[in-house]
Amino acid sequence: MTVLREVLRRPQGAFAAGWLALVVVAAVVSRWWTPQDPFRADPYSAWQGPSAAHPFGTDAIGRDVLSYVMAASGTTVLVAVASALVAVVLGVALGALGALTARWVREAVVVLVDVLVAFPTILVAMALAAVFGGSLGVVVVAVGIGYGVAVARVSRAELRRVATTDYVLAARASGVGTAGVLRRHVLPNAAPVLVVQVSLAMATSILAEAGLSFLGYGAPASVPSWGRLLSDLQPFVATHPGTVAWPGLAITLTVLAFNLLGDALRDAGDPRLRSRGTSRRGPGRDGARSGAAGSGAAGPGDARAGAAPTGGTAP
Amino acid sequence: MTRFVLGRALLLVVGLLLASVLIFATLRLLPGDVAQVIAGTEGTPAQVAGLREQLGLDRPLPVQYLDWIGGLLRGDLGTSLVTGTPVASEVLDKLAVTLPLAGLALVVGLVVGVPLGVVAALRHRRPSGVAVSAASQFVAAVPAVWMGMLLIGVLAVGLRLLPTQGFPVDGWADPARALRSLVLPALTIGLVEGAVLLRFTRSAAIGALREDHVVAGAARGLTLSRSLVRHGLPGVLLSVVSVLGLQIAGLLVGAVLVEQLFALPGVGRMLVADVGRRDLTKVQGELLALTGLVLVVGAVVDVVHRTLDPRLRERTP
Repeated sequence: MTVLREVLRRPQGAFAAGWLALVVVAAVVSRWWTPQDPFRADPYSAWQGPSAAHPFGTDAIGRDVLSYVMAASGTTVLVAVASALVAVVLGVALGALGALTARWVREAVVVLVDVLVAFPTILVAMALAAVFGGSLGVVVVAVGIGYGVAVARVSRAELRRVATTDYVLAARASGVGTAGVLRRHVLPNAAPVLVVQVSLAMATSILAEAGLSFLGYGAPASVPSWGRLLSDLQPFVATHPGTVAWPGLAITLTVLAFNLLGDALRDAGDPRLRSRGTSRRGPGRDGARSGAAGSGAAGPGDARAGAAPTGGTAP
Repeated sequence: MTRFVLGRALLLVVGLLLASVLIFATLRLLPGDVAQVIAGTEGTPAQVAGLREQLGLDRPLPVQYLDWIGGLLRGDLGTSLVTGTPVASEVLDKLAVTLPLAGLALVVGLVVGVPLGVVAALRHRRPSGVAVSAASQFVAAVPAVWMGMLLIGVLAVGLRLLPTQGFPVDGWADPARALRSLVLPALTIGLVEGAVLLRFTRSAAIGALREDHVVAGAARGLTLSRSLVRHGLPGVLLSVVSVLGLQIAGLLVGAVLVEQLFALPGVGRMLVADVGRRDLTKVQGELLALTGLVLVVGAVVDVVHRTLDPRLRERTP
């Protein structure tokens, strides 16, 4: 819980947590209730401006934009959670293969990961869409693979660091097997790094879902989606630019929130930046933020943490 | 140095091979088969069998793969399943739009991101610096499609400055016209990528502000900003170069979405259309072209970075 408190203490973290809570509440509530039926077309009330009945106005076929945006938040949450789950399971599995197995397997995995990391997620999605047709499942699998490789890179470095610590050595010496070491020592200590990756994977998945739904290969017409709404509104952007702002803002703020949450979690997981009043002076503050690609790579922070396993980071 | 370049080239070849295998294998996952898809539901079994033989689908998969790769080495990516036209020449045609678009977007990104990043670093404790940094966080989260729509709304429709969509039918015959239709799409991708570059530049420059040689410059009487520009900037630019490979991959991917939005006849838009038509040989060629570009650019950037950075040069055994 200290991590949560650390996150909320920072303005960015508080904004991120607040906005994401709002999105989740909207997603849950919209399962049972939205102000209007999000799919009911009413051509007589097309393109109405914001009003009490339609706070976000209506679109070309008279759908209530607020209700649609609310209903679509459910899709976003679902895709984000599913993608992150696939990415972490795949990434940790690959990372463990790359960190804890025989030397030739480790090196093969490193090369594989180095190559795969260059594969843009959207191209993976297009390849899958060519075969299976577009669907949210394709989005989830594509982001899962695309981001899973990035997770593998970070988690490999982290697992490798933890695996060479004295307490893991001690556990191995006292007869605990690989699976036991992984579950009892390695994963809990690597968790702070993984949580950051989960947050960034969710940001990626939301952008990917929006992009693919815009192209027509994500959410089908029967499933409300922010990206789909963007593509529905695109022909009218010249005449009604204001309406596009709602799905646009919804996507941007949610991605922003996940990015900021990732940053806040990274800072909160860094004992040097814990609240000691003068958090600004921490030498790693901005350096840590730039480390999107290699935050798990060896650095001064890792060396320190490796010497003294911090009890506070284990959940 | 030579050893590094050779190693990187080897990794590139392995990467390209792996990419080709993965693309080929993914597109052969199709439940049922390609011949059935082309023949449609009306196709008689005899027609399907004929098609299968004509396309060489009755041969074992490894043979088909080697055939494809062999053709690739001769510059032949096969023919479209739908129109029968050669894939390679069409991909090259469309690259004449996609590559200039990505190049322009990169220029926009660098011009916006690097100077503003340095300014944001110099003022990182002042409101103006914090505002630039916050704005870049926001813009980096904007989906490219919405950014494009905003720009269309403001620059094309509002101020009537630029064409909203499309590309001259005769391509680059009139370079000025062609360039004009690339301005908005390039701004769309460039601004989003520029925001990401700004964040990298800013954190690298904040790091540089604490480095001894920059502090020493200030101690000798330069202002801190002059000292940063004179002594710190080379290091900052090097770290920007090191992330450029990933950024360029981002640009090419952004092109897929933005070409669709602006109706530009590039590789990305063609890929989107061909996925819809299930023109698998073309999709296969287009995916290979795009991932190949990403991998090659990544390798070139790595080598350039290595050549430019004296610290890395000295460390080579």
